Amino acid sequence: MTDDLVIGCGAGFAADRAQPAVDLVERGGLDYLVLECLGERTVSLAALRGVSGSGPGYDPMLRRRLELLLEPLRRTGTRLVTNAGSADPVGAARMAHALARELGVPATVAAVHGDDVLDRIDTSAPAWEDGLPLDAHGELVSANAYVGADALMPALRGGADLVIAGRAADPSLFLAPLAHSLGWDADDTDAMAAGTLVGHLLECAGQVTGGFFADPGRKDVPDLARLGYPLARVAPDGTAVITKTPGTGGRVDRMTVIEQLLYEVTDPRAYLTPDVALDMTGAAVDDLGGDRVRVSGARGAPRPEDLKVSVGHRAGFRGEGEISYAGPGALARARLAGEVVRERLGDAVGRLRVEVIGVDALSGASADGHGGDGGGAGGGSGGGRGEPHECRLRVAGLARERSAAEAVAEEVAALYTSGPSGGGGTRVDTREVIGVLSTTIARGDVETGTVVFAAEEGA
Amino acid sequence: MSVRLYDVAHARTGDKGNLNTIALIPYDPAWYPVLCETATPERVADFLGERVRGPVTVHRLDRLPALLLVCARACEDTVTTSLYLDTHGKSLGSVLLGLPLEAGAAPWPARG
Repeated sequence: MTDDLVIGCGAGFAADRAQPAVDLVERGGLDYLVLECLGERTVSLAALRGVSGSGPGYDPMLRRRLELLLEPLRRTGTRLVTNAGSADPVGAARMAHALARELGVPATVAAVHGDDVLDRIDTSAPAWEDGLPLDAHGELVSANAYVGADALMPALRGGADLVIAGRAADPSLFLAPLAHSLGWDADDTDAMAAGTLVGHLLECAGQVTGGFFADPGRKDVPDLARLGYPLARVAPDGTAVITKTPGTGGRVDRMTVIEQLLYEVTDPRAYLTPDVALDMTGAAVDDLGGDRVRVSGARGAPRPEDLKVSVGHRAGFRGEGEISYAGPGALARARLAGEVVRERLGDAVGRLRVEVIGVDALSGASADGHGGDGGGAGGGSGGGRGEPHECRLRVAGLARERSAAEAVAEEVAALYTSGPSGGGGTRVDTREVIGVLSTTIARGDVETGTVVFAAEEGA
Repeated sequence: MSVRLYDVAHARTGDKGNLNTIALIPYDPAWYPVLCETATPERVADFLGERVRGPVTVHRLDRLPALLLVCARACEDTVTTSLYLDTHGKSLGSVLLGLPLEAGAAPWPARG
């Protein structure tokens, strides 16, 4: 009989905290630790870093994470799976292998490569986002296919202590070790679905243990500053109990788990990964108490024929500027300042947005008057919003040319002396924008491979 | 008395390209029918205002229970190319919780 497998998630995005992963390894009783470190744009930026020589093509925080993790991983016999290889998984594995030797904890490190498909995508294919051909969006700088559990399997079967991939799909980082250790067959779509559901719940790390959740007085989270990261105890039949590192802050209950279950899902009947089409409509979420929630009932249908591809492109330059106003008339002065900038820029900038932080910067003005200039009844909150005591103008423009974007920043800066009364706290910024578009590629056009750096005991 | 979604449900917002997903989950399952009646594609799109430009799709998850709203933004308003301060649209679910409930066919449960 196969025992349960224990798998934890120590990072949910590139800039995530480092220590919770260490706590998980030290106290979570893990078989596997996963670090999910890639957002939609992360690989594109990493590819540009690699090309320009301004930094590693892999996640720049990976080295620091490994400095903290390598010794506890080895001491506890925990294996690591991560996508922090980003645009250069082989380079990341080489670094990790050398670091492990340097720290006196030699490890076998496997790199999984082959997700880079920039040389073979159909650049005339329509982007999902706007239906226009990919190559109508400016220079394409990266294209990475979301590879699945099957790409990670050879490294796991080979016994690597650390498996470092690039653009593997987030849930696949979890499904692969589950399938490997629990003996699941890739054709068993319900097993693939169960493992994918576990991965989906864990992949954002603290978002299932009380992060991205607290709302004081309604949804309180104990000791949020010491948020613990999640782990799942997964049975051979795919049933999982989600919990978190003992003795940490946060909470795991039906509310946190259901919020994360539906996070970023666009079709609950067919959540598509490279491994399976997961139907979560029959999923059961049972609160066991004590920060433990049992999840079961995932169903699967065969995986999609094609793989999703994230395509990075040079989208132009974004110029931004902000300035604050306070006291009576603050909002009117901020609005006037915005109009001055808009008039002076004319049509020099392709796209321009003028907004007031604290009023309409996040979600824009709404039909019933929440947001906007307070003309409505405050979204039914039972009273007008009144005028803000402080407000902050923000102007953002996107232009093809850097000089046009810089003009946005310059016009906001000039408001100091030439704009409305009492403007302060100016901040301006101009930077290149790497946009990300989505397309697909046939599986047959993607060839993944594994490079192993073997541990040299006693070295 | 005015009751908002905020009084009976919690929400989580996700983002993907130029879409936002908003999960609406009742604190008490007895309120689920009221959520279903309240969070229609038309009302959600209207309440969220200018940021939601395309269709809103409502998925029912009766077993949990919860609703999942998929809201399309403008083509160019993607996470990476948006000009809004909140490029991801992470705040939209919180905004939606301000939506007032309207007394209609689904009876309101007692509020504890």
